Amino acid sequence: MSIIEKPVTPKPRKPWAATPVDRAKTGGIVLAALAVSFVFVAVTPMSGKLAYAAIFCLAYLVIDFVVSFVKAGRPAAVDSFFRGLVTTAIVIAVMPIVSILVTVWVRGHKGLHWTLFTKDMHSNSFTDPIGQGGLLHAIIGTFLLVFFAMIISVPIGILTALYLTEIRGKFTRPIEFLVQAMSGVPSIVAGLFIYAAILIPFTKTVNGFQGSLALAILMIPTVARTSQEVLKLIPSDLREAGVALGGTQWRSVALVVVPAARSGLITAMILGVARVAGETAPILLLTGGSGTKNYNIFNGSLGSLPNYVWQAFAAGTPESIARAWAGILVLLVIVVILFTAARILGNRKVGKK
Amino acid sequence: MTIESEDNQGDEMETTASKGSLSDIAAARLQKQPGNSALGVGLEARGVHAWFGEKHALANVSLDFWPGTVTALIGPSGCGKSTFLRTLNRMHEFIPTAAMAGEVLLNGEDIYAAGVDVTKIRLKVGMVFQKPNPFPSMTIAENVLAGLKLAQLKTENKDDLLEECLERAGLWAEVKDRLNTHGGALSGGQQQRLCIARALAVRPQVLLMDEPCSALDPGSTLRIEETISQLSSSVTIVIVTHNMQQAARVSDYTAFFLSDGGPGQMIEVGSTNEIFSRPKDERTENYVTGRFG
Ligand SMILES: Nc1ncnc2c1ncn2[C@@H]1O[C@H](COP(=O)(O)OP(=O)(O)OP(=O)(O)O)[C@@H](O)[C@H]1O
Ligand SMILES: [Mg+2]
Repeated sequence: MSIIEKPVTPKPRKPWAATPVDRAKTGGIVLAALAVSFVFVAVTPMSGKLAYAAIFCLAYLVIDFVVSFVKAGRPAAVDSFFRGLVTTAIVIAVMPIVSILVTVWVRGHKGLHWTLFTKDMHSNSFTDPIGQGGLLHAIIGTFLLVFFAMIISVPIGILTALYLTEIRGKFTRPIEFLVQAMSGVPSIVAGLFIYAAILIPFTKTVNGFQGSLALAILMIPTVARTSQEVLKLIPSDLREAGVALGGTQWRSVALVVVPAARSGLITAMILGVARVAGETAPILLLTGGSGTKNYNIFNGSLGSLPNYVWQAFAAGTPESIARAWAGILVLLVIVVILFTAARILGNRKVGKK
Repeated sequence: MTIESEDNQGDEMETTASKGSLSDIAAARLQKQPGNSALGVGLEARGVHAWFGEKHALANVSLDFWPGTVTALIGPSGCGKSTFLRTLNRMHEFIPTAAMAGEVLLNGEDIYAAGVDVTKIRLKVGMVFQKPNPFPSMTIAENVLAGLKLAQLKTENKDDLLEECLERAGLWAEVKDRLNTHGGALSGGQQQRLCIARALAVRPQVLLMDEPCSALDPGSTLRIEETISQLSSSVTIVIVTHNMQQAARVSDYTAFFLSDGGPGQMIEVGSTNEIFSRPKDERTENYVTGRFG
């Protein structure tokens, strides 16, 4: 009906995005830097992948700086130089992590077999072909160790954090210092402590719970420090509002502050778990390394993933080494699953009943 | 003289809010007479001083709050209005370096006397903060009833209390269909009214409000001013505001605070009408007429 033209909606553009010319320029600098690195490796005694990478980064920074300087002057050149520097730093920081993940996958997937999750090692040895025996006992053991370590350390860690942020008593400073110092304790020291304090005088034998105690010692500082950071982020407005409504400090913390920090506290817990799930030294010392399923953490030798990996590597045949890498892969996947679960739990919104 | 009915006050606000100078607005508000005995004897500050560490922030303030009245505290920034307000429900001591002197009498008894249960004081003297601060982990309904949980109070019928408080805070109509969504999903003005509802749920005798509208748009501000007018027959209200129009619109009495570099002091208190039309002190006059400093 209407004869009036519909107003034309313009196409959305990004005038600030890099133009083809810009991209060509960046590509040119990359090529030039590559060329420089080849020339350098050819004429100097340096060699290897690392040399290529190092010279490439340096060359890129220098060429980029010079090009920007000529085109746009000093401030732009400095800006672009620092952008390059930060990017390089990030790449260097991430490289080892990516490299570890790739290595674990490449070596570990060969050792994967469904029997890993259904069988234990009570009638097999590490040198048997893949497909015979498995690491179910080790998964159970690691689960028990970490679960009990968590039960011990999470309440202590969170209560410590609450003392440091909410009560702020006379001992805040020394305790804060102690927690920081404790997070630097080598795991073997925690293991030796339990060894000397419990195994030698009392139990005189290995069992899982001693391992959990050592892991708890390692977990507490991580949980406490992360929780403290999280609680510090809760605005003091909320604490004041709770108290102004006639709550005692304890009730206001329990009903307002802790629920508001919930997702962060769950993250703190998971970080603690991730810190200890792969700990090997105290486990070797305290829990033993049975190849049989053991559901009783208080009695008997308890297998675990780190122990399984250690034993498998020590056996030294191609089969056993493949088993070891598969064990590492399983451990990594478990930690990743935990992290994901924690994120999902922590981000769940309130108000769904 | 008698206390006006609520309807009357509401009408009066509508007609006077839009026109005239500050003193006209204030003069148009009929004086309410103290004496609603259901509200207790009232709140009296006697020679209150406050310190933050070495800093003397407030000197010798004596001020009475009649039951069922609205008192506005005005004055330039940093003169100690918030500090004074927070001495009235013992929130001042929440700051680690804080110290105070003097007495604050609630129904004739010093709230700073030895052995007084401070949580009971804060139940009777509620507070609404400058920035809306609903509890983020709770739904709208849980927010309103949070005080009951915090102070471990019992009620017969939570649903009735919930509706009553939201109604009194002027929020019921807007949220009644989503009581179980969480409080952070409301607009700033709605959040502030939610905080007022939350403060009302524990049935305070006095309500302290520290610049409750400073973060809000004019529409929300008007809603909250209406809320204050409606509440004032049942609750004694002390409100800090930088908005002279607002002080003139909502308050019966106004106290002017000022700091001359040293500790803040109360320069003058009187009926709002007087303060805005014929203040006794020259500094008050300069401030309310905008010729200050
Ligand atoms: N936590 C604190 N620690 C130290 N000094 C403080 C603290 N809070 C307030 N003061 C000081 O006390 C004085 C009074 O502050 P107060 O917050 O009461 O002012 P105000 O009148 O509420 O100001 P505004 O209108 O800006 O809110 C100011 O000089 C301020 O610097
Ligand atoms: Mg203030």
